[in-house]
Amino acid sequence: MTFYKKHHTRAHSGLATLIVTALAVTGALATPAALAESPEEKGLAIAVEADKRDLGWVDSEAELKMILTNRNGETSTRELRIKTLEVQDPDVGDKSLTIFDHPRDIEGTAFLSHTKITEPDDQWLYLPALKRVKRISSANKSGPFVGSEFAYEDLISQEVAKYTYKWLRDEACGDLQCFVIERFPVYENSGYTKQVVWIDQEEYRAMKIDFYDRKDSLLKTLVNADYKEYLDQYWRAHTLQMDNHQTGKSTTLTFEEYQFKIGSNEGDFTSNRLKRAR
Amino acid sequence: MPAQPGDQEPQTGAAGSAEKTTNAPINTSEDDLSLARSRARTGFDRSVISYAAWVLRWRWAALIFCILVAVAAASGARHLGFTSDYRVFFGDDNPQLLTYEALQRTYSKDDNVSFVLKPDNGQVFSPEFLTALRDLTDEAWQVPYSTRVDSITNYQHSFADGDDLTVQDLVGANLELNPAEIQNIRTVALGEPLLVDKVISGDAQTTSVNVTITLPQKSEDETAEVMAYANQMAEKFRADNPNVKLVMTGVIPLNNAFNQSAKSDLETLIPTMYGVILLVMVILVRSATGTFTALLVIGLSVVTAMGVGGYMGIKLTPPSAIAPNVILTIAVADSVHLLVTMLREMRKGASKNAAIIESLRVNFGPVFLTSLTTVIGFLSLNFSDAPPFHDLGNISSVGVAAAWLYSILLLPALISILPVKVKAGQGGAEKAAGMDQLADFVIENRKPVLIVMILIVVGLGAMIPRIELNDQFVKYFDTSLEFRADTDFATENLSGVYQVNWSLPSGESGGISDPEYLAKAEAFSSWLKTQGGVAHVQSLTDTFKRLNMNMHGDDPAFYKLPEERDLAAQYLLLFELSLPYGLDLNNQINVDKSAMRVIVTTDDISTNQLRTLEYAAAAWLETNFPAGKTEASSPFVMFAYISQRNIIGMLTGTVTAFILISLSLMFALRNFRLGVISLVPNLVPIIMAFGIWSIFVGEVGLASSVVTATSLGIIVDATVHFLSKYQRGRRDRNEDVEGAVRYAFSTVGTALWVTSAILVAGFGVLAFSTFRINEDMGLLTAIAIAVALIADFLLLPTLLLTVDKRRKQRGEANIGAPQIATKAAE
Repeated sequence: MTFYKKHHTRAHSGLATLIVTALAVTGALATPAALAESPEEKGLAIAVEADKRDLGWVDSEAELKMILTNRNGETSTRELRIKTLEVQDPDVGDKSLTIFDHPRDIEGTAFLSHTKITEPDDQWLYLPALKRVKRISSANKSGPFVGSEFAYEDLISQEVAKYTYKWLRDEACGDLQCFVIERFPVYENSGYTKQVVWIDQEEYRAMKIDFYDRKDSLLKTLVNADYKEYLDQYWRAHTLQMDNHQTGKSTTLTFEEYQFKIGSNEGDFTSNRLKRAR
Repeated sequence: MPAQPGDQEPQTGAAGSAEKTTNAPINTSEDDLSLARSRARTGFDRSVISYAAWVLRWRWAALIFCILVAVAAASGARHLGFTSDYRVFFGDDNPQLLTYEALQRTYSKDDNVSFVLKPDNGQVFSPEFLTALRDLTDEAWQVPYSTRVDSITNYQHSFADGDDLTVQDLVGANLELNPAEIQNIRTVALGEPLLVDKVISGDAQTTSVNVTITLPQKSEDETAEVMAYANQMAEKFRADNPNVKLVMTGVIPLNNAFNQSAKSDLETLIPTMYGVILLVMVILVRSATGTFTALLVIGLSVVTAMGVGGYMGIKLTPPSAIAPNVILTIAVADSVHLLVTMLREMRKGASKNAAIIESLRVNFGPVFLTSLTTVIGFLSLNFSDAPPFHDLGNISSVGVAAAWLYSILLLPALISILPVKVKAGQGGAEKAAGMDQLADFVIENRKPVLIVMILIVVGLGAMIPRIELNDQFVKYFDTSLEFRADTDFATENLSGVYQVNWSLPSGESGGISDPEYLAKAEAFSSWLKTQGGVAHVQSLTDTFKRLNMNMHGDDPAFYKLPEERDLAAQYLLLFELSLPYGLDLNNQINVDKSAMRVIVTTDDISTNQLRTLEYAAAAWLETNFPAGKTEASSPFVMFAYISQRNIIGMLTGTVTAFILISLSLMFALRNFRLGVISLVPNLVPIIMAFGIWSIFVGEVGLASSVVTATSLGIIVDATVHFLSKYQRGRRDRNEDVEGAVRYAFSTVGTALWVTSAILVAGFGVLAFSTFRINEDMGLLTAIAIAVALIADFLLLPTLLLTVDKRRKQRGEANIGAPQIATKAAE
């Protein structure tokens, strides 16, 4: 699975579609500053542009290390691999396969997810100790991903249609200049009321995200760092730091090199193949 | 009244030399002064007289000075606040607190608000109630600082359907609550060990919504903020569901109750105390000016102390909120002494100023000594392990010192300024006849009285070990407080707020999946369930068993722990992947999966029983979990040790106070021997008070640790007064032992019981506190003061008659040369 992999928007009806079309026609995408543009329109336009810039990578694979830290400073490390398949249909999310390599007692456990835009995802888990694939049915998108501070919905593909948007302001973010937009989840079981995202104006990468919980209090902050560009087009962060402000816990994700266009196909992302996933 | 080690040298006198005062006093006639001087028997007397004349001369300056001091101090009161955190009862290095804080840093925090609900028809499993419960559960996520909400409706029920595993809310948002579904919900809820007796009662009549609160602890208002929101939710729920009883309990309401209790005590105890004071004034003083002045003195003393408390950054807690009452009690005693003497002099025909001078001459020493010993007693509270007692001690000490200052400066100045009306000839013959009879009785029956007294003391002392220390913090609060009533309801109908945690270390990363470890954890939880006082045990082993069953097509034969480590670890991974927002397992397992915690909810057991449980558990773990050391921890465990820790801490404080007070007393009496004899009537009342407590109450908490030191500072006064008069009788009047005892009875007997009555009434008022520790402390102190009077009237004289007489028979010299600056309250 990828982070902030951008996608086709759904075929929006009405105003949104009009705007997208208009933007596409004028090509005035670098700084969408059309006259009389509302903050909502501007926010959406930014998301659309970011999505557009991240199309066509087909599939990817990356290894990562997940370090969990509690308030006592105690840590725990998990190692995993994530394979992602870009799905062209804009109404459907990407497919991803997560394989756990460490700790030893969960080695070979594989998690397959077909993400959805506004419904619970389809999920399967292969348990090597049981030698069986189990389909999981739950409302866990907002739940913690294997005990970390990342919710599953923070990790999966960020389709445009998953949120509604509102541009807040432009401001400096480190050495860069960022758009600051709010986005509001459409999925009803989301754990968030909103997210505030800092997107750099040059490459449309999410640099930082503040997550607000169900009571609209700041819950956690994600900082994306060590961005690298692949295939001259696709930017991926390699260090993701999530701090929970309410519990004092944090999680760091460190990615190794990504590989793209490795020749995966739909068949590799089916529950039947899960047993043989390596 | 009592003695005072006065300065013998005039130049070191309280305020300037005698020469100065003869030259100047505007308001004091030569007659007044010479009358006073004629009564002066010591250099100290002369210094006091000079001081009195000086105060009268500069009465306006003295008045303004005192008011300025009070106003300056009082402005500190704006810094005063109330604490809403039970943790204030524990010092920063309290080992139980440290263990618990470490536990909370490893797992999630346990602070909570628990809504406990009972439908009137006793039907939790009805569509109407379940719908209301589901809505309340959803709304509870909006409580400020909430990080988790648990109820039977969002309980993560897992079940299998072939190779499909479903994990979902037991009462889902869109679930149609038809009879079949309700039956299913009922079966699941009542069959789940994690829920029964904790979230739902076994009789299915009461259930709860538990909201976990993680306070940022950045502002004092957080608890109030949570409570305000929760109260609003509760009110709305009650309005929408009039047929459901809803109460609130948990750590946040507990914290709030400390705040409420302190405020309520300030609001009710101080007015009650003022009522007592007015009564005392009406009976003893009978003068409008006198009463007004005394009220001003005691009022300013309290204001000064609270203001200084504010500057010291003190946040009020129930124990420190009674400081005003302590100050009022001591201050009124000071004022009454001064006023009674003064008014009596005036009724005998003395001019007002002469009466003031005489009153100061007679009372300056005693009032100083009383204040000094009381301050020492209260300052010793700084040795306590519980910071609220430091605050009580320090505020009270400042107040008592202020009361002393205002009594000897503001009071004479103001009385001198204001008109005082008395009916002449009224005073004089105080009825001491009763005292004379008492003296005769004691002297004639010295042996039987002494023996009976000794028997009583020994008998009461023998009862002390029967006292049980109990600090069930819920019971600290009076049933008039909502928290107590609500928590009692919750405990009776569902489960209480008393919990104990054990974190069970496996010794290695991911080790909780080790079958051997799981078996041991399961054995521990089973063992716990067999222990008395245990109402519920929460253990992740129950979750493992259920998952194992789910993974085998819900076959009940597999409701057992997984037998391989990898399997257990993968179940856990699966379950963790399935949990929704806010309902992770961090409250039960640590981040490294090397330890999990077992949470016991206890019945309404005493802290003694809790310690028994804890020792037994420690022994069990020692045998079965030798790898990792683990200790029980929770707020309940912290309170279970609070009395013992404080008693140990206060041992040093009490001994220090005792030594200092005894030294001041020896110095005041200027006699080592009498000082030693005085130890008996000083210590005996405390023994008797605890003995009486043991018989009539039987159980005591935190209050027990501090009462000895504080009451000692107060009860020594009576002893000193009696002994000084006795000594004066022996030395100045050349009486024999019997004569001196008679003299002591007739001169201070009445004053002693009047003072004791005021103090008993003042501390007795604390019995109306909403906080058990204050009640206990007030009552124990009142009992100690009352029995101290008995000891001074019955034990001390018989002791003197026995010991001093024997000494005389041996032909030794009588009481030695050192002079006592003793003044009769004739």
